[in-house]
Amino acid sequence: MLRLPEFRYVKAGSLKGAVRALSDLGPDAMVVAGGTDLYPKMKRGQFTPRYLVSLRFLPELKGIRPRGREGMWIGAGETLTALCEHHAIKGIFPSLAQAAGSVSTPLLRNMGTIGGNLFVDTRCNYYDQTFFWREAAGFCLKKDGEICLVAPRSKKCLAVFSSDTAPVFCSLGAMAILVGPGGERRVLLEELYRDDGIGFLTKGREEVLRGVVIPRAAFGVRNVYLKLRRRGAFDFPVLGVAAAMSFSKENICLSARVVLTAVSSCPKVVEGAAAVVVGKRVDRTAIEEAAEVAARASHPVDNADMDYWYRKRMTKVYVRKALALLAGLES
Amino acid sequence: MSRQGFSIIGKALPKIDAMAKCTGETRYADDLHFSRMVYAKLLRSPHPHALIRAIRTERALSLEGVYAVITGRDLPVRYGISPATEDEEALASEKVRFVGDPVAGVAAASETVAEKALGLIDVDYEPLRPVLSVEEALVAEGELRIHSWNRRANIQKAVSFEFGDVEQGFEQADHIFDETFFYEGNTHLPMEQYCAVAFYGPDGKLTLWSSTQTPHYLHRALSKVLGLPMSRIRVIATPVGGGFGGKSEPFSHEICVAKLSMITGRPVKITLTREECFYVHRGRHPVKMRIKTGVKSDGTLQAMHFQSFLDGGGYSSYGLATVYYTGALQTVVYKLPGYKFEGVRVFTNKPPCGPKRGHGTPQPRFAVEVHLDAIAEKLGMDPIELRLKQLVEPNTVTVNGLRITTTGLRECIERLAAKAEWKKKFRQLPYGQGIGFASSAYISGAGLPIYWNDMPHSGVQIKLDRGGGITAFCGSIDIGQGSDSILAYVVAEEFGVDPADVRVVTADTDLTPVDLGSYSSRVTVMTGNAAIQACRKLKDTLLRAAADALEIPADDLEFAEGKVRCRSFRDRAISFVECVQKAEAKFGTLGAMGSYRPPKHPANYRGSGVGPTPAYSYSASIVELRCDADSAEVKVDKVWIAHDCGRAFNPLLVEGQVEGSVYMALGEALMEEQVFRKSGLHKLPSMLDYKSPTALEMPEVETILVETNDPEGPFGAKEAGQGPLLPVIPAVTNALYDAIGVRIHEIPITPDKVLRALEGRLKPVSVPSFEFPPPIRWQPGEGVEVQQKS
Amino acid sequence: MEIASETAKTLLEVLREDLGLTGTKHGCELGECGTCAVLMDGKPVLSCLVLGVEAEGADVATIEGMMQGGQPHPLQRAFADLGAAQCGYCIPGILLVAKALLDSNPHPGRDEIREMLSGNLCRCTGYTKILDAVEMAAKGRGDL
Repeated sequence: MLRLPEFRYVKAGSLKGAVRALSDLGPDAMVVAGGTDLYPKMKRGQFTPRYLVSLRFLPELKGIRPRGREGMWIGAGETLTALCEHHAIKGIFPSLAQAAGSVSTPLLRNMGTIGGNLFVDTRCNYYDQTFFWREAAGFCLKKDGEICLVAPRSKKCLAVFSSDTAPVFCSLGAMAILVGPGGERRVLLEELYRDDGIGFLTKGREEVLRGVVIPRAAFGVRNVYLKLRRRGAFDFPVLGVAAAMSFSKENICLSARVVLTAVSSCPKVVEGAAAVVVGKRVDRTAIEEAAEVAARASHPVDNADMDYWYRKRMTKVYVRKALALLAGLES
Repeated sequence: MSRQGFSIIGKALPKIDAMAKCTGETRYADDLHFSRMVYAKLLRSPHPHALIRAIRTERALSLEGVYAVITGRDLPVRYGISPATEDEEALASEKVRFVGDPVAGVAAASETVAEKALGLIDVDYEPLRPVLSVEEALVAEGELRIHSWNRRANIQKAVSFEFGDVEQGFEQADHIFDETFFYEGNTHLPMEQYCAVAFYGPDGKLTLWSSTQTPHYLHRALSKVLGLPMSRIRVIATPVGGGFGGKSEPFSHEICVAKLSMITGRPVKITLTREECFYVHRGRHPVKMRIKTGVKSDGTLQAMHFQSFLDGGGYSSYGLATVYYTGALQTVVYKLPGYKFEGVRVFTNKPPCGPKRGHGTPQPRFAVEVHLDAIAEKLGMDPIELRLKQLVEPNTVTVNGLRITTTGLRECIERLAAKAEWKKKFRQLPYGQGIGFASSAYISGAGLPIYWNDMPHSGVQIKLDRGGGITAFCGSIDIGQGSDSILAYVVAEEFGVDPADVRVVTADTDLTPVDLGSYSSRVTVMTGNAAIQACRKLKDTLLRAAADALEIPADDLEFAEGKVRCRSFRDRAISFVECVQKAEAKFGTLGAMGSYRPPKHPANYRGSGVGPTPAYSYSASIVELRCDADSAEVKVDKVWIAHDCGRAFNPLLVEGQVEGSVYMALGEALMEEQVFRKSGLHKLPSMLDYKSPTALEMPEVETILVETNDPEGPFGAKEAGQGPLLPVIPAVTNALYDAIGVRIHEIPITPDKVLRALEGRLKPVSVPSFEFPPPIRWQPGEGVEVQQKS
Repeated sequence: MEIASETAKTLLEVLREDLGLTGTKHGCELGECGTCAVLMDGKPVLSCLVLGVEAEGADVATIEGMMQGGQPHPLQRAFADLGAAQCGYCIPGILLVAKALLDSNPHPGRDEIREMLSGNLCRCTGYTKILDAVEMAAKGRGDL
């Protein structure tokens, strides 16, 4: 049986306490909420914390409140099940329900949290392996090694950003609420990410995500999430397309956002694709052009399931489909 | 389902172990716990091909909590499932041949300590260049030779046969079709990981509990490698949590725990991790194939030339049989007057391949059935019509000397086509939707044992308790297919009692007569026949007692409804219990043995031992699917399958086997693959990355059972556990062609291949150029007489 | 019940090794197969990814607790009657997930059952008889 290494489990009594524990314990500490990303990685030796600070029971991280003054509040500690089954979410942001409901399996979604999915570690076929395998392969840049095994000349780790919910939140302009030693700050969620397989998060190590707010402006926007993967369950996205569009009464596109996941080490906001359709009556030609632009921004490499040539090709197909759905050209 | 004259056979009864399995009571190997038990781990090679210069174990041994460390020196005797190719060591002593090849074993107070100890074992390796493809293996020399016992290069076995008049067949053909195919390897992935527990007691006797499909072969291997007489070894096969062929030979971990227990005097348990299970493997061989067929313009097959190239991995395993199986059954489905087969299996530095459900036959069946679909299309024929006009007939002998008893394939196909509305749909569905057909045959048990001997393949002992209880003892092991239940049904049927009054004791070499194991779809036919024989011997004794008591001649008595009664006057009866007591009083303690050996097969050429069976099962399948033209993603909507199982002892169990076969076939057809990096490392040894279909991928299945009442089978039964896998894979391929007009000659059919094919960019499969040995020629009619049921 | 256990032990290990409740099986210990499913406060979770300490105070139900008063649960009866358990190894997890489904949705459609069981791999049955059995249990006995 694969087992966990030894560690100390610190049950934080409050969010403040958790942040303090993170500061006090230093870089040997990690937070744990659902544990569905963390524990497998500890069993495989990818993460080696000496302390785990548990956010599991913190009331500050709970709640899904659709009608707040600023918009929709979603606590980082809510489970993916709670999100995908929430009545208001399903009604207003079906893309979010689709994305959350597509993560792994019903079992895992009962454990895994929103925060966990937003910060899910980047993935790579050379990295998500046991210690034995990684040692046999020669360790990689992301853990214990010097070179990237996918592209030995790359200075940067190319591990794939694999969150389903992050691109959707980004497409809806969501804000992240972070609590750190200096107090609370809010930041546009997309700004928390950068295209680096190792340092893919810009947040401070001691900062904890309290929750996410989807602004009121996003209410009424049409939104969709499409996911490419091998099976209908278990599998991470090897491509995800989150799209959100709003239309005038005359069916002119007023705003558009296209965000890709699993094509680089962070959610990829494809502004060029949105620019093609905004201000237009969205027809097949415009969609084709937008999809073309999105495909150019997609750079899958050979480190996830399915042929990377195919994944790149699918970017266009999936973006086309997503936009056509929003424009009412397909159902 | 026909149930004429049967009381139990044909009924949809729950399995005798069903409730235990549904309440968590069933004890699998890893559920066993003994006091003083210690835990073993194996150190595995990180190199695909390397010489072992030295192994130092001192540091590991001195770690607190470590009880013993063993290396290849402790277990120098080689073994292997096939006596002709014993090329495995429990722990590699001089050379490792794949990443994951075990080199040392540790027994410690806990798995954690054992794992830590592995890190303290120092192995000096001298890495060698790995050989990873069939092409390289065929010409490998010098240090690229993986073994030294084989004659040349990395060729384990090359075979060549010519049956009937092949040359003439091709000359008389109006058209010749020549195509190549590739079937990627895949693995069994049973949900239960390999696990074994050993205890060498103070009495000098060894007991091994293991999740194994073949306790008898394991018993022999343990004796050979450990140097203990078989009489001092007891092998108990625990309920197997999924096998599919992957647990049907002796394994390193089983031998190592036995040895570690002999050293420590403690019970020793080993449970492999999921990753290790991928390295143990023994799964489906990757096979490249070339098939050349001569046909008349009306579709009649004249001659076929089939070549197969098997990538065997690091050791022989069952490979000798596998290479023959890739050629043996081509002749069993359609009449083939001339057939040439050439096959070669090579060693490569990858985990060894072995038998997986369908053993060596899904690959050629895929090639043949896709090939025939293409031929039908070229000739402008309906692919079902092409097949129906040349089905093998019952009570015939094939061109390669295989004896056919019954075949229900025609009925299978006709009922299937009607049910699936084939005529209405074929080539009529809109673009992106398609329907495909294929058929197949499989053995109901291998005609020969793995090691040559004249003893029975299966033995059943029956003991009657004077309280009326019946106990059946048999070496067979239930791997989920329901063999324990089948044994109980047969015995209950014979004695006219409720199966609940029958206890079965199975898979324990101390208690049960030998049965060769749960492989080659042999158990129902062989244990069934053995059980019937044992029952009938006992019934003779019981009838004599009953005849005296009732004053009715024995031939007018029958066993039914818990009684022995008069056939003509049913109320003249005594209860079964009373009958048993009278018989015991008269004849002493009651028990009887039965045994079974398959009939001799008609052919006698070298290599004719692979392919014969008491009876062939037949299957046909129609698959309906959709393929998205943009994304090339395939979704199977429905599978219809008809299977000739001879007789369905319990239709629920037969359907279960059929549905499970369909599932496994769809996984292989569309997503499962065991693939490797250029370094020789397994690409994806995990449940997440090895794509096993979920409930969402599984389409609805409609099963049609056809009963042909085979004279060789017990109550007419043939197999059901493997054959139904075979037609589904080519049916998927053919349906895809119907949907979008491209034929994919490679398994699995992944969306990237479909997209490349749609764009005309999918390269044809290349096969190696290789000079096969001169063929063994054989003509039908040569060889020994066909004997009826033994 | 209270049990002292090492922090690093998962609920799976606590159940199987400390409590001897071996009805809960395991197939990967990484959350990739669903075999080790148990119910925590009525919800199916992967016991290989929950720490024993995280289950403190929770109501944990395993397959051993599915029979009530010596009587099998209708799901257990249906699985047995339809031959839904072949090798049986994945069945404890599947039964518990199915129970959680029926507890919250007594009459699920076949697609809902598929979806709910999509996180439990089975290699023997092709899921067909499993889906049939859940449907049968939901309909109540005697319908088939």
